[in-house]
Amino acid sequence: MDAILNLWNSFSQDWPTLATLILILLKIVVIMLPLMVLVAYYTYAERKIIGYMQVRIGPNRVGFFGRHAFGLGQPLADAFKLMFKEIVIPTKANRVLFVIAPMLSLGPALAAWAVFPFNEGMALADINAGLLYLLAMTSVGVYGVIIAGWASNSKYALLGAMRSAAQIVSYEIAMGFALVGVLVAAGSLNLSDIVRAQSGSLLHWYWLPLLPLFLIYFISGVAETNRAPFDVAEGESEIVAGFHVDYSGMTFAAFFLGEYANMILVSALTALMFMGGWLSPFQGTPLEPFFAWVPGFVWLVAKTFFFMYLFLWFRATFPRYRYDQIMRLGWKVFIPITIVWILVVGLAVVYQLPWWFD
Amino acid sequence: MINAVKNYIGSLFLFELFKGLGVTGRYLFARKFTVQYPEEKAPVSPRFRGLHALRRYPNGEERCISCKLCEAVCPALAITIEAEPRADGSRRTTKYEIDLFKCIYCGFCEESCPVDSIVLSRVYEYCMEENGERLIGKERLLELGDKHEAQLATDRAEQAKYR
Repeated sequence: MDAILNLWNSFSQDWPTLATLILILLKIVVIMLPLMVLVAYYTYAERKIIGYMQVRIGPNRVGFFGRHAFGLGQPLADAFKLMFKEIVIPTKANRVLFVIAPMLSLGPALAAWAVFPFNEGMALADINAGLLYLLAMTSVGVYGVIIAGWASNSKYALLGAMRSAAQIVSYEIAMGFALVGVLVAAGSLNLSDIVRAQSGSLLHWYWLPLLPLFLIYFISGVAETNRAPFDVAEGESEIVAGFHVDYSGMTFAAFFLGEYANMILVSALTALMFMGGWLSPFQGTPLEPFFAWVPGFVWLVAKTFFFMYLFLWFRATFPRYRYDQIMRLGWKVFIPITIVWILVVGLAVVYQLPWWFD
Repeated sequence: MINAVKNYIGSLFLFELFKGLGVTGRYLFARKFTVQYPEEKAPVSPRFRGLHALRRYPNGEERCISCKLCEAVCPALAITIEAEPRADGSRRTTKYEIDLFKCIYCGFCEESCPVDSIVLSRVYEYCMEENGERLIGKERLLELGDKHEAQLATDRAEQAKYR
């Protein structure tokens, strides 16, 4: 162990730039690998939980080494199946854009994790404009959708892309305004500072003073990831898949990964911005010392899992919205509410309303 | 007026949506009805109409007397019968063939049979790999009858009072 450390020290003295680069790459791998596994098993959890809510059992056959193991091998089997499938590129499609689009969809969903603070001081890049970076990254995802629809050179894909893009862009606004509320309340764009501003107790977390913004942020997140009940653009039981009709094999898998990575991202951000991130829920109560040994990362993951579960719960419960109702909800309900509440938060901050903003 | 206000407040606080979530949340813990098919099987009624079979009398003599009532009653024209007198002078079928693709499993052949020879058994797990296999002949039908005779007899005895 010491020998390796010594080797590393001499190496980083000789090649400082290369050493930092390798360190950053290592950190990226440490973030990405668990995330990818989580995405894979999120699909499994989705099938299992929705199955249970529909009084079924869900996948329970594929296991490891001849054992059923509750179907835990299912995501791996799905992944390998998709890897070995042929990637069909339509003759009239724009080949370059057709291949780039899935990457454009998946890339930002993963890049957004760069500024995410997993614990006190545990972020790949603890930048001051973290919130702005997040807004930028989540918006770039739309390009993947539009380019996929355009490059397929198919009217169905194009129409699907238009619908998805219109929906994503509409809800982006409500989402942005909800984050403006958080930014006003915390007085910082740095994500770690936003979490620190919520410390105190469970009631200090922003879900309470920013309750309407919290609900709107999460619902907009559901709409933005094109998930049920806002999945009209790809509603598999009504129209075929929307913008990714022409995709197959790994290119399709990339869209799929992007969608699920986005869901995890939205859940994690909701936990971070409204549920106090890595802060313990027992803070400020007599129980606090008993849970002091739990690392903050665990609380963050628990909160994230709760919101991830809500995504699935919503899908099992709600019927699809009609397209015009989606637009009405986004433009005529969410945006006015957020604007009013930003005003309320602004006044509360100016007059230092106890006990959140004093 | 009051209703409008009620509706407005109800939709603002997403009351009905939470009710819906409550329903699915309850069903998450409900008992599951899935039958794990190859290991577990759903119960089958004694009146189940599955694969055909030709039965024999306990002394081993085949029941069918080639009266051709089943052939006549078959609405799908799935049964083909050819008959000739046997060496001992009794009338027997030389060919008794059922086309499983034509058969609609209505059970009329069984109803019409005066000697309870042709029956529909409880067997529902069968498949064909080649086209010719859809035609099953007399040997195969008798074989099926021999194989499932115990089950067929008890089912017929149990149902006799309703016929």
